[in-house]
Amino acid sequence: MSQEFRTAQGGLVDRGTPLSFRFDGREYQGFRGDTLASALLANGVLRVADSLRLGRPRGIFAAGIEEPNAIVQIEEPFPEPMLTATTVELYDGLVARSLRGHGRLADRPDPARYDSTHAHCDVLVIGGGPAGLAAAATAASSGARVILLDDQPRLGGSLLGAGEHLDWVDTVAAGLAAADETRVLTRTTAFGYYDDNHVVAVERRTNHLGALAPAHLSRERVWRIRARQVVLATGAHERSLAFADNDRPGVMLAGAARTYVNRYGVLPGRRAVVLTTNDSAYAAARDLAAAGVEIAAIADLRPGADGWTVARVHGEERVSAVVLRNEDGTEREVDADLLLVSGGWNPVGALYSQAGGRLAYDPELGAFRPDGNCRQALLVAGAAGGSYDIGVCLAEGAAAGERAADAAGFTARAIVLPETLDPAGTPPAAVWTLPGGDAATQFVDLQRDVTVADLARATGTGMRSAEHVKRYTTAGTAHDQGKTGGTLTSGVVAELLGVEVGALGTTTFRPPYAPVSFAALAGRDRGLLFDPVRVTALHGWHVSRGALFENVGQWKRPWYYPRDGEDLSAAVLRECRAAREGVAMMDASTLGKIDVQGPDAGEFLDRLYTNLISTLKPGAIRYGVMCRPDGMVFDDGTVIRLAEERFLVTTTTGNAAAVLDWVEEWLQTEWPQLRVRCTSVTEQWATVALVGPRSREVLAAVAPGLDVSRAGFGFMTWRDTEVAGLRARVCRISFSGELAYEINVSWWDALALWEALIEAGSAHGITPYGTETMHVLRAEKGYPIIGQDTDGTVTPHDLGLGWAVSKKKADFIGKRSFSRTDTARPGRKQLVGLLPDGGELLPEGAHLVTGAPQRVLGHVTSSYRSAALGRTFALALISGGRDLIGQTVWATLDDGLAPVTVTGSVLYDPEGTRRDG
Amino acid sequence: MMLIPCPWCGPRDESEFHYGGQAGVAYPADPAALSDEEWARYLFFRDNPKGPFRERWSHSAGCRRWFNLVRDTVTNEVLG
Amino acid sequence: MTADRNFRRSPLHDLRDRLATLSGAITVTETPFLAQINVRASTPPSSHPGDVNVLALGPDEFLVVGPPGAEDRLLAEYRAPGVSVVDVSAQRTALDLSGPAVRELLAFGCSIDLHPRVFAIGDCAQTVLAHTPVVVQRRESGFRILVRASFAAHLAAWILDVSPELTSGH
Repeated sequence: MSQEFRTAQGGLVDRGTPLSFRFDGREYQGFRGDTLASALLANGVLRVADSLRLGRPRGIFAAGIEEPNAIVQIEEPFPEPMLTATTVELYDGLVARSLRGHGRLADRPDPARYDSTHAHCDVLVIGGGPAGLAAAATAASSGARVILLDDQPRLGGSLLGAGEHLDWVDTVAAGLAAADETRVLTRTTAFGYYDDNHVVAVERRTNHLGALAPAHLSRERVWRIRARQVVLATGAHERSLAFADNDRPGVMLAGAARTYVNRYGVLPGRRAVVLTTNDSAYAAARDLAAAGVEIAAIADLRPGADGWTVARVHGEERVSAVVLRNEDGTEREVDADLLLVSGGWNPVGALYSQAGGRLAYDPELGAFRPDGNCRQALLVAGAAGGSYDIGVCLAEGAAAGERAADAAGFTARAIVLPETLDPAGTPPAAVWTLPGGDAATQFVDLQRDVTVADLARATGTGMRSAEHVKRYTTAGTAHDQGKTGGTLTSGVVAELLGVEVGALGTTTFRPPYAPVSFAALAGRDRGLLFDPVRVTALHGWHVSRGALFENVGQWKRPWYYPRDGEDLSAAVLRECRAAREGVAMMDASTLGKIDVQGPDAGEFLDRLYTNLISTLKPGAIRYGVMCRPDGMVFDDGTVIRLAEERFLVTTTTGNAAAVLDWVEEWLQTEWPQLRVRCTSVTEQWATVALVGPRSREVLAAVAPGLDVSRAGFGFMTWRDTEVAGLRARVCRISFSGELAYEINVSWWDALALWEALIEAGSAHGITPYGTETMHVLRAEKGYPIIGQDTDGTVTPHDLGLGWAVSKKKADFIGKRSFSRTDTARPGRKQLVGLLPDGGELLPEGAHLVTGAPQRVLGHVTSSYRSAALGRTFALALISGGRDLIGQTVWATLDDGLAPVTVTGSVLYDPEGTRRDG
Repeated sequence: MMLIPCPWCGPRDESEFHYGGQAGVAYPADPAALSDEEWARYLFFRDNPKGPFRERWSHSAGCRRWFNLVRDTVTNEVLG
Repeated sequence: MTADRNFRRSPLHDLRDRLATLSGAITVTETPFLAQINVRASTPPSSHPGDVNVLALGPDEFLVVGPPGAEDRLLAEYRAPGVSVVDVSAQRTALDLSGPAVRELLAFGCSIDLHPRVFAIGDCAQTVLAHTPVVVQRRESGFRILVRASFAAHLAAWILDVSPELTSGH
């Protein structure tokens, strides 16, 4: 029993290329050019999964993206859930099953690649039917850059289903393919229309090749297109009517049946009844009859027709007969396996609506269509605007192509359009519900199982807007987003409320127009390319020495360097000991660095920092704190005065870009009169911190020209010199309390410097250390890390940095806020040290409370094991913290409360005896 | 994705810019002379109109220049 | 103790061999150690030595790009009253891209329009490529991407990831 519903000839499928596939466990054959749905119908399979909520039998209903019933799960070659059988192109080896409800994602990573790209054009045409082809060809004739998108594998749109003017389609397609500056993307669905003509589309590049898809090509590609002008030629979707049992398998849109016959050479049934409100179903009936389907009856609902309507449908698993009723109540039962329905056509207005346009109800059309007043640079052509005559569509398309090209500054030529018949016929009627029958089986949304009864319940509770009814009933919220049911829902609700459909309106369309896989949206931005990874010039060295890394912003920083099976704790204790007792070194290149120069540089920095900078002497260095105007600490770092009118400012690693933005903002928007210029030099300079009591000896060995003596090179000064033969700037600053230097060389020379220091320090056991050790060393000294020990609600005074807040300066950013009631009050959270009485390592973030009755005091911000102290310790922000020094508070742990003693924040060498070595 | 006209670099995607909120909120000439309420008004209070809004943008991924523009907050149209 | 000057490492030193495997649709070469001077001046610098390229980064910001080793000479050349100059040679490295698919390559990661009708030879732009801040310059031979040293390896990895789409497409 092979393809018994395939016509003997005709259609656009490639009968020379048979394809094997499995559906619901059975083997079938179809042809290249089939969709899964057309191949199933060719084999007599119309039935798909039962409906989700009510479990009613359902069948293939449409022939394209608007399909509400035929949702399938692809199993092979790779699992993919919830696709519509009407849009899955058939390929050899496809294994699928019908789906009731959710599908399943693969339990293994998808091996396929996905990507996205950008494109720009003068004219973007969306839709490759008659209007879109005419628009694209006309616009392309002008020399404008044109992009044409169509969701089908071949151009032609409705002409493919009608089987008309296909020679013209081929001619135009060939012309577009050959045109310079014109790109045609088939299998591409525009799913989002955003501000300023930004259209996002997804191209299915290799899905249709199944297992034969080349592994190196992306399977799907997201196109982000910026167009000067857009022509929407998105066509129209046919809609159904609300009558009893209108969901039975075998009830099918008339236009879909026509498409199955003409495009796929498939008969969707043997004997059909046609129910229509418009002329288009007659063309379907004509083509089906010509292909051998018996047309048993046509019920035309328009006034002036003979008054027959559909009363009932027999057959649960498949339509077996249709009961027609005349105006006088006479009933006639007609045997049929197919009931073709055309309730009218809805212009596809989703993209127009997304673009900010309004869809207005056209009573003559019986549908909502674009109102023509969209603020974006777009034109609508053809059925998308409510023109259904082929000749009119072609003419509108050509005119839109010409206008769009003209608006973009190009002059189009007339193109050859096919000869068409004069439009003639009878206007459609707007009909929503057929009289009689059980409202609980009159479906408006097949996928959500929403019926006229459900809508009546919604309006009965008092709902008056389309949006409320949608949310109450879920009508229009399924996979198909109400493509066939949305307007019908509006029509029925308007009837129930006794208002005009146009006054009720539609619900709002939002992207995506059609489902898009997350993989496609992620594109190349996953795995290692998910976010840029920034590395220093020494990264390769760190990797080769087995460093583990910590992410700091986008940077990878060495976290610690484990030796011979050491864990974090053991490695950090070792690294800390080296820094406190011998010599250690760290890659500090990630610190942000900003060159600030100009006659007013000192004045500018005085305004930015809480402390006085302008009094700094060239050759000297000062620690500085920056606040926001609200008085909260924003960043800290050192300021180096390079010359009278030139400074180098360092920022925290994670905040470098934010600080540069910050200084530019004040300079440009508030104080443009200041003669100051700021330049990022973060990656100009690589920085190595050389730390520990033996650091002076190591530096002396590599910098023979530098007086490293205590008197000759004082704390918080800098020298330009040669280190290891490299041009270098050495700063005597310390973030550990130990004698320490920061050596800056060109980013290019970082490895040379590093290797030279390793060699010079080897006799002293020089030890590279990472961020964890840096954190322990600074915490032992009570130095806060902005962003770890602060959270945007902390003032310099709260941190115990009141000494860095100038009392002399008339103003600086944040100063006024220090006298605000809340900032000046007692009892604010202050940074203190904590010593856990039981020696626990407190979790960072742990809450701290008073003894009974428990009252929250604050939380732990940093917590470490200290080699120097021989115990665990922590820093914390707690209310009135400095007044609690010496007292016990309680840390909340998973298994209860732990007593901790509050101390000052400086736990190691409070006298500062070690910084000069 | 709005297309924002940078006065120096021309129109660029919105993602290249940093939003700076309402334009024309000047840093007070003498903050010390302000009452707490006046200072709080400078710090925390901004207009939030439905319709045209004069606001600041910085072309942070480009020339890093700040500029003002008027945007309709309903439609995202740049009005000037 | 003196380090060997040849020990100098460009940001893409370790990735050069892999980039060199690209050919046909695109070729990608790091041009390391260029002298680069950031010049801030209210008017564009008027005359230039023959071996430099001046890229306008903003209304008062210019990037002067010269041959390796020219840093000190260019700093002296452009230093003037009211003008600030900063050596930023190591801040960015240069990736020179050429080949028939170079625009296609860039479009994968860059949202600006690089079509010759709007982005001509000599034009430059500061923008984002593969989520990375870059300066893009169109040259006779293709495109030059100036990328921050810390981002260079990411950008190279991204180019290598994209390239199979290009080499097979041509």
